[in-house]
Amino acid sequence: MQLTCEQFQETGDPTFSSRVKEVSEAGLERCYQCLTCTLSCPVALDMDYPPHQIMRMVQLGLKEQVLSSSSIWLCTTCETCVARCPQEVDILRVMDTLREMALQEKVKGKETVIPIFHDTFLESIRTFGRQHELSMLLLLKLRSRDMFSDLDLGIKMLLKGKLGILPPKRKGIKEMKAIFEKTKEGSP
Amino acid sequence: MRFAYYPGCSMGEGTAKEYDQSVKAVCQMLGVELEEIPDWSCCGASSGHSTNYKLGHALAARNLALAEKMDMDIAVGCPACFQRLKGTRHEVKQNASLKEELPKLIGMPYEAKHDVRHILDIIYSDIDIEQIRNRVKKPLSGLKLACYYGCFIVRPPKVVQFDDLENPQSMDILMDALGAEVLDWSAKVDCCGGSLSLSKRDIVTRLVTGIADAARGVGAEAIVTACPLCMANLDTRQKPDSGKALPTFYFSELMGLAFGVSDGEAKGWFQKHLVSPVALLDSHSLL
Repeated sequence: MQLTCEQFQETGDPTFSSRVKEVSEAGLERCYQCLTCTLSCPVALDMDYPPHQIMRMVQLGLKEQVLSSSSIWLCTTCETCVARCPQEVDILRVMDTLREMALQEKVKGKETVIPIFHDTFLESIRTFGRQHELSMLLLLKLRSRDMFSDLDLGIKMLLKGKLGILPPKRKGIKEMKAIFEKTKEGSP
Repeated sequence: MRFAYYPGCSMGEGTAKEYDQSVKAVCQMLGVELEEIPDWSCCGASSGHSTNYKLGHALAARNLALAEKMDMDIAVGCPACFQRLKGTRHEVKQNASLKEELPKLIGMPYEAKHDVRHILDIIYSDIDIEQIRNRVKKPLSGLKLACYYGCFIVRPPKVVQFDDLENPQSMDILMDALGAEVLDWSAKVDCCGGSLSLSKRDIVTRLVTGIADAARGVGAEAIVTACPLCMANLDTRQKPDSGKALPTFYFSELMGLAFGVSDGEAKGWFQKHLVSPVALLDSHSLL
């Protein structure tokens, strides 16, 4: 990514950079652009900005580009970058912080399906206490308007008894609802 | 040896029942008692911590607190659940404000007294390898295996504190003790794409096909895993050029088979796989 000085002055937001550093406590200021994270990342080629560029863009305060990027959602959270970073930057904590900020600020980003997946996954836990894969899958398909892909696979899994039909019933559902209620304001 | 057992959603209720069943069978034979945590709930998985820091830790902490009441270390089979639970315990020890806040969020005390262990670690570290060798009734002779560890058993090393980060050996040593031919290969700790399976099928297909190609490239006939998500992705999303996907086993299934569980019990596990390993086992006279 190349930005002119003018573009940077227009878009750079130093408060964004300091906020991400403060919330994530990930040592982001130590990043010296060695590219180890990007070379380790299984999905770097699928991202609009690979991980080392996201780190630099946060340092530069490029809030809008970072929070609307597909990169923050495509990150698989595999932690290969964290394990290999010579500067011990907790890149995953940075990514988690960026995802949480993007949701809180209701950013309309380039990636739409993955945030829907996370929301649907958590909705299922809030409702049942445990993940009920079948209803979660059906709701995800409905919400992402993608009813027919994987239909054959879903049927095979049902026939093999891999997907439970009835949702679990748990005593702790009240406690789970309370946890969701108390944390709904988020963290940063 | 007794542990508070956290099955997690995949093993407890969903796609990885055969992993839960084979873990229980093997642990029983090895004298490892697993007492299920009553009323456990989902650990939040990647969706919890990816979208809300406090929610992620609170969902994990509820289960840690329930296990603390049982006054035992926790045993977990799913690496994602393992890393979430162990990660929250680690964070509580580092972060005083989270330690103070979590009990209010979950409505229970939590003091981070007990360790969180992956079942692979328990079997590998706490049981003498000679005892495992001596238990083998049906050696897996000639079966060529690539042991696949994936992400969360070994990463992040500061939190999980188990095995080598880049070239782990525990599963290799266990499979070798069962008589299998264990192969060195390069994709042991590569990522399978994890939860992108449902949202980005193409990416997961590319990743698991690459992993299976690497295993096939060194002559492996099957992959061995200790993770329900790796299994689901390898079992459903491989698309090799030859059209012939490599079967995947849970390490516990192969331990059970070698320890001599009945053919009926073993077949009950293997019939749940989408890429059937039955023909391969037949060809080695193992079923």
